[in-house]
Amino acid sequence: MTDAETRVVVVQQPGLHTTVQDLGRRGFARWGVPRAGALDPFAARLANRLVGNPPEAAVLECVQRGPVLAFPTAAAIAVVGAPVSGVEAGRRVCLDPGSTLTVGATREGLRCWLAVDGGFAPPPLLGSRSADTLTGLGGGPLPAGTHLPLGPAGPVGTVGPGAPLAESGPGPAVRWPPVPLGTVVDVRVVPGPVATNQSLDLEWRVSPASDRVALRLTEGPVRPLGNVGEVATHGLVAGAVQLPPDGQPVVMLGNHPVTGGYAVVAVVIAADLPLLAQARPGHTVRFTAVDRAAARAAWQARLDQLRELERRLEQSD
Amino acid sequence: MSRLPAAPMGEFAWLVECRDLATVHRLHRRLTTPALPRGVTDVVAGWRSVLVVADPEQVEAVEALVGSLADDPAPTDGGSVEPSELPALEVPVRYDGPDLAEVAQLTGLPADEVARRHAAGRYRVGIIGFSPGFGYLTGLDPALHVQRRETPRTRVPAGAVAIAGPHTAVYPQATPGGWRLIGRTEVSLFDVASSPPTPLWPGRAVRFLPA
Repeated sequence: MTDAETRVVVVQQPGLHTTVQDLGRRGFARWGVPRAGALDPFAARLANRLVGNPPEAAVLECVQRGPVLAFPTAAAIAVVGAPVSGVEAGRRVCLDPGSTLTVGATREGLRCWLAVDGGFAPPPLLGSRSADTLTGLGGGPLPAGTHLPLGPAGPVGTVGPGAPLAESGPGPAVRWPPVPLGTVVDVRVVPGPVATNQSLDLEWRVSPASDRVALRLTEGPVRPLGNVGEVATHGLVAGAVQLPPDGQPVVMLGNHPVTGGYAVVAVVIAADLPLLAQARPGHTVRFTAVDRAAARAAWQARLDQLRELERRLEQSD
Repeated sequence: MSRLPAAPMGEFAWLVECRDLATVHRLHRRLTTPALPRGVTDVVAGWRSVLVVADPEQVEAVEALVGSLADDPAPTDGGSVEPSELPALEVPVRYDGPDLAEVAQLTGLPADEVARRHAAGRYRVGIIGFSPGFGYLTGLDPALHVQRRETPRTRVPAGAVAIAGPHTAVYPQATPGGWRLIGRTEVSLFDVASSPPTPLWPGRAVRFLPA
């Protein structure tokens, strides 16, 4: 392979639902374009940092059962998010030319993000390489046989011939999200524009019909005041909890549509969106109401946690 | 002038309430032209609201902006053009859609009269949602108000000109859809290579030109 040729990664087996994601298309909602992007942008940033990429480089978002990937050339990879069976999460792993990596099944959580040095580099659309699974902009789940182009190898990824397979980077593994993952997902919410007839401190079950667009929740006693199910269509944000007339809440995730016509009774705070990305079908989601000042402080706390992890990585390089 | 009430939508966004669609369009235009205000990452028109989304780093500045918004029916920021004065987007259309005959039946009008009345309409983009570049156009002749199909199509072709209830629209991409298809256009209403990616904005006038 000459320097002029593009490095690639080959998808041998696609896993359950593997897509290319970066930090999304911000600022296009007024034209009907969802933001999309990694459902946990912090995890994507950390995975990129582990392999020496800029934070906005594209990664693979893997759901429940990850892909099997072939690496014709040497590469450094890192997986951040739910632990997986095939590779240790939170570490840089160096791969020999000709390696095959089986990401494996996630446990405890639902999703993980895999970065490679140089970044995954399919052509960007509207400034992003994200696969918007709602509109199809930027593609969808990667089929077997996909050849993904990579950006040029970074300094961290340069591995000489004969280096051992799966040589791990120095320092302790990065753990993200910084809360234990389990069958109960606790998230904080602020009240939405439509009032409810009950407290929002409630528990719900995650339906298998959930996807990148929204978490669909089943069962629960909440009804908006006056049984208002449909409202004049308005703009949405990630975390918005819609309550349709059937009483089954729908929680917007990062790939949500830009507008909706159901009552929004609560909004999951931005700091807890990464936890929603880990909620598996059958798990319980528990809402706790907080005020907006607490929500903003929680966001700052997440940024501080992220910066602390990045600082520790810098020291161990 | 009166202050516009705003309901928080999460901790970093607000739904600014508007008493009618004209107010929505005036406010949306002020907040997006020539550019978004500092600290605002997006603005989305609803039928009776405008969503203002803040960059978390600038939330206090945006909160102050949202709190200061008032409806000014006669803008005096000299040089700003009312949306109704800008040229309408012209959309050439062939009225040969697969549902045209059914719409004729439902409305009791001959098919060519359906087409004539649709083309005679003066439309305005109400809101943009559902899919990239999908503008719900207001102003459809009440005689053409029909319900959506009972069973949506799994695939409506890009460029399909459609009606449902009080609105008409052009499907910018092939998507599932339940509206009645009465024609088609070659004009692209969404192009990732264009900036902005669609010629539509909330409040823009639209005319259909029979081909």
